[in-house]
Amino acid sequence: MIEAFVSQIRTIWRILLHSFTKAETVQYPEQKPYLAPRYRGRIVLTRDPDGDERCVACNLCAVACPPDCIALQQGTREDGRWYPEFFRINFSRCIMCGMCEEACPTNAIQLTPDFEMCEYDRQNMVYEKEHLLINGTGKYHDYNFYRVSGLKIDGKDKGEAQNEAEPIDVKSLLP
Amino acid sequence: MSEANLPFIGAILLTVVGGAAVLTWFERRLLGIWQDRYGPNRLGPFGILQVAADMLKLLTKHDWIPPFADRFVFVIAPTAIVISMLMAFAVVPFGPDHYLIDMNVGLLFFLAMSSLAVYSVMLGGLASNNKYALLGGLRAAAQMVSYEVFMGLSLMGVVMLSGSFSLVDIVEAQQDGWYFIPQFLGLYVFIIAGIAESHRLPFDLPEAEHELTAGFHTEYGGMKFTMFMLGEYCGLILLSCMITTLFFGGWLGPFFPPLVWFALKTFGFVCFFILLRAAIPRPRYDQLMALGWTVMLPITLINLVATGAIALWMNQA
Ligand code: SF4
Ligand code: SF4
Repeated sequence: MIEAFVSQIRTIWRILLHSFTKAETVQYPEQKPYLAPRYRGRIVLTRDPDGDERCVACNLCAVACPPDCIALQQGTREDGRWYPEFFRINFSRCIMCGMCEEACPTNAIQLTPDFEMCEYDRQNMVYEKEHLLINGTGKYHDYNFYRVSGLKIDGKDKGEAQNEAEPIDVKSLLP
Repeated sequence: MSEANLPFIGAILLTVVGGAAVLTWFERRLLGIWQDRYGPNRLGPFGILQVAADMLKLLTKHDWIPPFADRFVFVIAPTAIVISMLMAFAVVPFGPDHYLIDMNVGLLFFLAMSSLAVYSVMLGGLASNNKYALLGGLRAAAQMVSYEVFMGLSLMGVVMLSGSFSLVDIVEAQQDGWYFIPQFLGLYVFIIAGIAESHRLPFDLPEAEHELTAGFHTEYGGMKFTMFMLGEYCGLILLSCMITTLFFGGWLGPFFPPLVWFALKTFGFVCFFILLRAAIPRPRYDQLMALGWTVMLPITLINLVATGAIALWMNQA
């Protein structure tokens, strides 16, 4: 009983001491919080070092996305490269989990340290490809999927990618 | 009541109601400071215009009466608490000449008025016809009735020492020593009973938003809700005024004019009650009742008997 009373008094005293501690609040619109470079905010689609869009429309991000907010349509260009005909992220559903970034084999989809995406109209939260695509490489500067993959496209035959051996003709028995 | 007192009545009403309104903002700021944040600081200097914004919001709210409620009682209930709390201010002596009436039973009048406030809460809970509201009302009734007992008893020590029920006489009797030293047990019990009586945190069991949504005022909104809140804040100011009057020498004090001393002391206690709110968690309901009957009542009785014995002994010597 006495113990409880003393503990209450001690609580009151400890709280009173908080009059002299600084507030933790970040006064947001005037004072911006620090956002680490890998903060997971608004999503962008990046380009490879040659300026071509990186996304190969593999749909892996759409599969990985927990709330299913990515929609895209695959298309093929004349040079054999795949690209998304449309790429749509519904940011009113996105939970900024970063799963899409982890799933992406081409480093195309990346999250950026920007969270200020308020809109008065919910429809405006749906970002199309022209809103998502940026003119840069994002966090990975040298990576170009078509340069390292074995896929054949115009101007790059089988075996011509980085670190790739000449293809072996498996149908011939000759050494 | 003489005609000349009318401006004074107006001044008291204005101060108390205005004070209660500002207190809503002040409390949030203080709680903020003690919880390492700012509280409402945007609107106007230090955010004080928040009061006006809140008023505007509450005044323009849809004044809804639930179709299942008992209309008449539902509307009447919130006014009771405000009226009874404001009535009690009639006997508070703010200064040697600044009081409305010096009743020879002023203390009892205060106790009676603060007990009447329970009707507001109880009827509000009952008339809402909602199970949470009813539970809140029940809790309020049980809590206030039981704490009423030793709230009154805890003050009898003061009455014995001063030999009067009149609040002005009680203050005058504290010329050579404020009562919080000989009556520290009484003060302790009175503070706790007072908080329970005005059902503020940590004893806001009738509201207990975690268990009862909002308790007795679940169904209330707009102006009627404001009335409940106004009553609660008036109760807080009243309680601080009474502690100042009964235990801390009322207007007495060196250098400053009496009114300033009274205001300063009252303000200090208001801050103290907000500190209690910031620091102490809400007890369980049965703990609250057990604390009342098994700890507070014995303490009060011991205090009463001891004070009586000492007063008797002093008179003989
Ligand atoms: S961050 Fe998460 S929720 Fe948002 S698009 Fe990527 S996978 Fe979906
Ligand atoms: S963003 Fe990446 S994972 Fe998603 S479709 Fe394009 S390449 Fe595949």
